[in-house]
Amino acid sequence: MEYVNPEGLRLDGRRPMEMRQLRAEIGVVSRADGSASFEMGNTKVIAAVYGPREVQNRSQQMNDQALVRCEYSMANFSTGDRRRKTKGDRRSTEISLVIRQTMEACILTHLMPRSQIDIYVQVLQADGGTRSACINAATLALADAGIPMRDLVTSCSAGYLNSTPLLDLNYLEDSAGGADVTVGILPKLDKVTLLQMDAKLPMDIFENVMQLAVEGCKAVESHIREILLENAQTLVIRQGYGS
Amino acid sequence: MLKNKAFSRQTRQGRIIKEVREHYLRDDIYCGAPYCKNGCKVSSPCLSDSHSTTILVLDTNVVLNQIDLLENQAIDNVVVLSVVLSEVKNKNIAVYNRLRALCSNSLRKFFVFSNENHKDTYVKAMAGESPNDRNDRAIRVAAKWYQDHLGSAVSVLLITNDRENKKKAIEEGISAETVECYVKSLGQPELLDLIVQPPSEDINMDDVQDLRPSKRKVIYNEHKPMSEITSGLLRGLLHQGKLRVNRFNPFEAYVGSESIGDEIIIYGRANMNRAFDGDVVAVELLPPEQWHEEKSLALADEDDEEEDVHLAPNTADDAPRVLNQGQTAPEEMKPSRPTGCVVGIIKRNWHSYCGSLEPMPMPAGDGGRAHALFVSKDRRIPKIRIQTRQLGNLLDKRIIVAVDSWDRLSRYPTGHYVRTIGEIGDRDTETEVVLIENDIDARPFSAQVLACLPPLPWSVSSQDLTNPIRQDLRHLRVCSVDPPGCRDIDDALHCMPLSNGNFEVGVHIADVTNFVHPGTPLDDEASQRGTSVYLVERRIDMLPKPLTEDICSLRSDVERLAFSVIWEMTPDAEIISIRYTKSVIKSCAALSYVEAQARMDDSRLVDLLTSDLRNLNGLAKIMRQRRIDRGALTLASAEVKFQIDTETHDPLDIGMYQIREANQMVEEFMLAANVAVAEKILKHFPVCSLLRRHPSPTKEMLEPLLRTAEAVGLSLDVTSSKALADSLDLAKGDDPYFNKLIRILATRCMTQAVYFCSGDLSPPEYLHYGLASPLYTHFTSPIRRYADVIVHRLLAASLGSYQLPGVFQDRPKLTSISDNLNYRHRNAQMASRASVELHTLIFFRKRPTDTEARIVKIRSNGFIVFVPKYGIEGPVYLTSKGDNGGEWVVDEKQQKIRKLDGSVSYCVLGTVRIHMEVVEPQPNRPKLQLTLV
Repeated sequence: MEYVNPEGLRLDGRRPMEMRQLRAEIGVVSRADGSASFEMGNTKVIAAVYGPREVQNRSQQMNDQALVRCEYSMANFSTGDRRRKTKGDRRSTEISLVIRQTMEACILTHLMPRSQIDIYVQVLQADGGTRSACINAATLALADAGIPMRDLVTSCSAGYLNSTPLLDLNYLEDSAGGADVTVGILPKLDKVTLLQMDAKLPMDIFENVMQLAVEGCKAVESHIREILLENAQTLVIRQGYGS
Repeated sequence: MLKNKAFSRQTRQGRIIKEVREHYLRDDIYCGAPYCKNGCKVSSPCLSDSHSTTILVLDTNVVLNQIDLLENQAIDNVVVLSVVLSEVKNKNIAVYNRLRALCSNSLRKFFVFSNENHKDTYVKAMAGESPNDRNDRAIRVAAKWYQDHLGSAVSVLLITNDRENKKKAIEEGISAETVECYVKSLGQPELLDLIVQPPSEDINMDDVQDLRPSKRKVIYNEHKPMSEITSGLLRGLLHQGKLRVNRFNPFEAYVGSESIGDEIIIYGRANMNRAFDGDVVAVELLPPEQWHEEKSLALADEDDEEEDVHLAPNTADDAPRVLNQGQTAPEEMKPSRPTGCVVGIIKRNWHSYCGSLEPMPMPAGDGGRAHALFVSKDRRIPKIRIQTRQLGNLLDKRIIVAVDSWDRLSRYPTGHYVRTIGEIGDRDTETEVVLIENDIDARPFSAQVLACLPPLPWSVSSQDLTNPIRQDLRHLRVCSVDPPGCRDIDDALHCMPLSNGNFEVGVHIADVTNFVHPGTPLDDEASQRGTSVYLVERRIDMLPKPLTEDICSLRSDVERLAFSVIWEMTPDAEIISIRYTKSVIKSCAALSYVEAQARMDDSRLVDLLTSDLRNLNGLAKIMRQRRIDRGALTLASAEVKFQIDTETHDPLDIGMYQIREANQMVEEFMLAANVAVAEKILKHFPVCSLLRRHPSPTKEMLEPLLRTAEAVGLSLDVTSSKALADSLDLAKGDDPYFNKLIRILATRCMTQAVYFCSGDLSPPEYLHYGLASPLYTHFTSPIRRYADVIVHRLLAASLGSYQLPGVFQDRPKLTSISDNLNYRHRNAQMASRASVELHTLIFFRKRPTDTEARIVKIRSNGFIVFVPKYGIEGPVYLTSKGDNGGEWVVDEKQQKIRKLDGSVSYCVLGTVRIHMEVVEPQPNRPKLQLTLV
């Protein structure tokens, strides 16, 4: 299958180094302490953050840091074939864990001992790269909830098909069977907090692909910052401090 | 950068799923015209520089039907729209590949315009608009955009054969033409031959002349519509499979069907119902009571095209298929094989064919169009009707013709002339025909490929010498033994007595992978070619000449890079240790087999090299014996050798290729090296090694051998290769050649060995039957075989000195590479055989000869003889054509044919004297005829 044609266009008309269109909104769930929706093309996820609050299960309470919990789920209508998505299957447990670990790495948990932070992410529409979209949505929601963080975590995937590194794979490219590298970084600290790859790649190619994914993360970061800044400005105006 | 969503519904496993895909529209897609003033950047100008050249925009049906015309130089400055590309890709992948090749050819000005992703030319389907209409509209919109974009100074012409489309285009203010009108306006009448005449509707009906009422008779049954075929296949009423026409009888074809697990036989053109060899067809079984009766028909047809004299086949793949005993022994009531007829064609395998026009008188009204029948060289292809304006010119030429259609009313398919190769009978022309027929790329290497070569003159650099992974073996007394005149020496040997009485034996193979790096154009080209092709008078290299004959070739007295396998062996040829290393060697002698043999035989010579050769020979004999004891078959084939006149390139003499001890010595060590390397690479890469296997022959395949042997009172045990080898050894007849003849017949029953990827099969299937080796691969000829190049890379990676290239992680890719290698390998062999056949014909043209021949098969009206001296095989007719052989009786059991009065009889394997002569039953169609003396 030809994923990049000789004219250098991918199946959906992007060039290899281009991301899908990003869209984000803050405060989409009014009851939550912080919430956001995040779209990468046709992939659409929503994240809600509760906390820091009292630990529900006392046995899990930690005296030196906050407990971070994460729940990932997919809406029944998120994929083409409408099927009941069981909660807690292997895939979603794994993604929950991945998101939790990634977020835990950037939350300043030691500032909030004996408390709990819950992150709920749900995929509303899936079209590849859900993991990255969830992490990006969770970052926004955490920021919205005002939870102290080291830096924004942003994530993006990249793949390697037809001997070309491709940024931000959609579902079609994702299921092509090539390598799929998901990277999460702390852009300001320039640190990697998440790195996953299925399939194999030779070392030198892997480095290129990963570099591309990191570039993608940085692009996501600048978008997220814009959204946050815009949100902060509206908040300022609403509170009457503006102008 | 706008964004749009394309909605589509897709069915998968019967369910209907709604798929949503993003579709990005861009503003950075350029028009490709170098003179564009609207800010289009063009990296490499793809359209013509001058304003005055018309820009052509093609409709899909034009590309699909007229690809031969497009490939002609006269058509240029073409915009290929992405909507056209994707439509063509869906309809005909072969045409798509040819179109892509045109677009990437820098000499032709074909520019791909991604209209589907351009913000101004994207067209959304309107409600109620069919996809076809939508695409036609997209083409018009794009053509219009070009016209507006480039201004009125440039003429943009839409070429379409669709009336409706043309009409709408003109209404919308786009200039549009049909193909024919456009080609006529070019003023090159010979181009008109290339145009495919549309079968029906569209274009002016009155042009199609072949509507004479006498011809308007339905000859073939209608094909079933696709929906009926699909449901028939589902319910098991129809069977799908690829049609294979018998190479030796074009009126008989087989369809391998998975649904009934057997081959379905199809007799006669009417039952084949317009299917070509290689088509995927739907077959309906005939009622079992009809399974027999078709036979008489097949025999009757056979008279039409009689068998030719050809080169003796070497393997079962080359030999005529003997499928039904029924043909020769109707009284045996064996359950006959299922017979069927084609009811529909699922996928056509049409391409272009090589051949010539059937001789015919010039039509009275010369100058105009004439209809002619084209006869393909490939006997499996039916005659093709073409229209031409240059009949007189083409009659004595070899030409290429492409098939366009085949309707129910015509006995033969309709096609069009593509190009002329040359005069019939001319050696160069016929050689080119051989190459084209076997899909061999004999073009010179491209500039990109040549750019990958190291600078010349090349010599071993100090870097190579100091490289830690490369061992310096220049001190060893290495020599090579090859056929005389061999320029591409890829193997060399050494043998050094050690102080402990053992021998160090080394096989040194040219280190081709040091120069051919994965992913380079050179590597891609080599992988495509797959193998060098050896014809009688020329060689078509897999790698460019500097590599083949100089840099890689292990010539004498120069330092060369090699990949070595080095054993320590006891004098009994027991292997004590083995190591593999890259090395630098300096061969001290490039011997021919004859020279090597002479040195070994000459007892006066006592120099070191000669004693090395003798040691090697001694070891080889032991290894060979051990291999035979394990059950390796000593097979024989009738290879012939030509002596070619150096100036005229005409064959001077022809004779059997003589095999000497020296040949066997080299062969033995090459086998040992191949096996050793196979073991090593499989150990390191169990799923991605390239190996070679030779499947055990099935009982049915050995059947003809057993029947022949039985007739002469010989019993062969075929339960295993060992048993067969032993019983072949025991087969001794009254004359010295008898044993060899039996071996030749045995070899013919085997299939060919094939390459495969170790991950695709389970270890027991890796077996190489002929060599009785559980593992085998090709390592020793990387200059002329690409498989060896791959194996070199695997071996280098297994030594840890090099990284394994990325392809090896891609199993499907690896499988497709090995499939290609098998295909190329087989084609190369077919081409060599065809080349030998051609030269045999040239040789006997001037020299009618009487010679001895052996009968290998009895037929109802004669027998097939094998001529050992020239390695050819052909029919000898006892009765003249048309006579149904009343006075001759065939004894099936004893494989004898005898005259009714008992005066003369011929028995299989018996000796006869025959006369060989080239006759020309039709002008320009010479063939070799064998007659009894």
